[in-house]
Amino acid sequence: MAAPALVLFGLFGVVPLAGVVALSLARWDGLGRLGWAGAANWRAVLTDAGTWESLWLTVKVMVLSWLVQTPIALALGLFQAGRARWRAAFAVLFFLPLLLSAVAIGLAWQALLDPAFGIGSAPGLHWLARPLLGSPDLALYTVIFVIAWQFIPFHALLYQAGIRQIPAALYEAAAIDGANRTARFVHITLPQLRYTIVTSTTLMLVGSLTYFDLIFVLSGGTGGPGTATRVLPLAMYITGFQAHDMGRASAVATVLVVAGLGLSLLTTRLSGFTRMDSLQEGL
Amino acid sequence: MTTTLRRALTAGATLLWTAIVVVPVYWVVTTSVRSRADFVTANPLAPPDAPTLANYRTVLAGGFGTYLLNSVVVTLAAVAVTAVASLMAAFVIVRHGNGSAWSRRYFRLFLLGLAIPLQAVIIPVYLLIIRMQLYDSLLAIILPSAAFAVPVTVLILVSFLRDVPASLFEAMVVDGAGEWRVLLSLAAPLVRPALVTVIVYDGLQVWNGFLFPLILTQSGDRAVLPLALTLYRGQFGIDVPATMAAVVLSTLPMLAVYILARRQLVAGLTAGFSK
Repeated sequence: MAAPALVLFGLFGVVPLAGVVALSLARWDGLGRLGWAGAANWRAVLTDAGTWESLWLTVKVMVLSWLVQTPIALALGLFQAGRARWRAAFAVLFFLPLLLSAVAIGLAWQALLDPAFGIGSAPGLHWLARPLLGSPDLALYTVIFVIAWQFIPFHALLYQAGIRQIPAALYEAAAIDGANRTARFVHITLPQLRYTIVTSTTLMLVGSLTYFDLIFVLSGGTGGPGTATRVLPLAMYITGFQAHDMGRASAVATVLVVAGLGLSLLTTRLSGFTRMDSLQEGL
Repeated sequence: MTTTLRRALTAGATLLWTAIVVVPVYWVVTTSVRSRADFVTANPLAPPDAPTLANYRTVLAGGFGTYLLNSVVVTLAAVAVTAVASLMAAFVIVRHGNGSAWSRRYFRLFLLGLAIPLQAVIIPVYLLIIRMQLYDSLLAIILPSAAFAVPVTVLILVSFLRDVPASLFEAMVVDGAGEWRVLLSLAAPLVRPALVTVIVYDGLQVWNGFLFPLILTQSGDRAVLPLALTLYRGQFGIDVPATMAAVVLSTLPMLAVYILARRQLVAGLTAGFSK
């Protein structure tokens, strides 16, 4: 009875995982015959300065995204889990970005940030009328901001759910002991949220390895301007599907697989937390 | 810090974030009902002088029905395949989890599956789809989308089924019911709430998916909505109001789902990830 799920996931999940390693040793333009390339793709990828630049951009997106998203998501989660009067109304608004596809978000922000016709032409907002996506110095930070816009609501939701599960008795005991709000946050809320923090962090780190849709749209499929936003998934796409070198693209993809699996192992090991526990307790 | 000051700061931060979320949404909606002339000259944050639905007519006349139908077909089919396959797998894992080394192995396989980024395996998937002669068909999107929804769906269903007392299953087996009977008349009704939740979540992912359609289809009449948005953008060029109308139209179905199934959607998004 488990067969359909195993076949489906085996065929499109597990086989391709092995396939990507095999293809990184092959010569293939995406249409014609497959040939043997040996280590040539790997030599080319590892000696290409572009690969290292993409890797550096990916790490930058990963670290900055975490630094931007975590405090805001935690603060919003605290707010949404609280008893503030307007909470319900705000919750609906906060939820909006979760419903939009990355493509819709990308197109909207691209138009919104247009220096001539976007929001920068509104009175008082002229400081926004600069090439936020068109300048190599600014584009990556703009992309990180839009990624945060898309994903903060999701992580706020995780924190909200985590905060709601903290037993009220802990806070009551602390209040009796005379702990103030800051002390309660540091000594109760944060430690109680450790699994949520690990989950959210893992999802952010592994997720930021694979940001593709949004950057694809914001940069018009180029990872540009120039190579300013060409993170690894974009580099893989451009090498494989635009330059028709599937072998080299597979080598880049293999780096992504290893980094993704490595990161999730690392974050779960470091925290002594396994997804299995979390999922058994979910719902 | 005094309570008043802290309240003021919290309120200020909340308002700032609300503005960051709401202003772009407001801008997209108002821009979508502007004429091109109005768009070029008006204050972008002022309400439009003469709202028009012309942009929406342009989008609807530009093949929107086909794209919408493709998205509906792809999402419903992928979710149906995922739900049936995952429910069967979860049932096996829970019923035989303690006795059989194989079902524990299945479980670990699906756990591993959560960590496989689909971007990283898109090239072999592309090769497979070509060899299966499915390239540029809706099935080319449906099968991989369903496959990548399987791990999280199985894990959530397993966590839910584990709470069903084993004696309930045993009682039915003693009464002579086969495994299929037990699955259909006991397990399936019991997991319904979890199934609805995870289906809504999977559906949102498939509906908004972009990479599989981008790589695995080519012709315009096979395009699903996210891909169609990029086609509209290419076709409309500097006609930003028309592109924004397409963005709004492509979001309406998910907004409807959100309004109808808000609880399930929220639960689905946090299910399995919250402690």
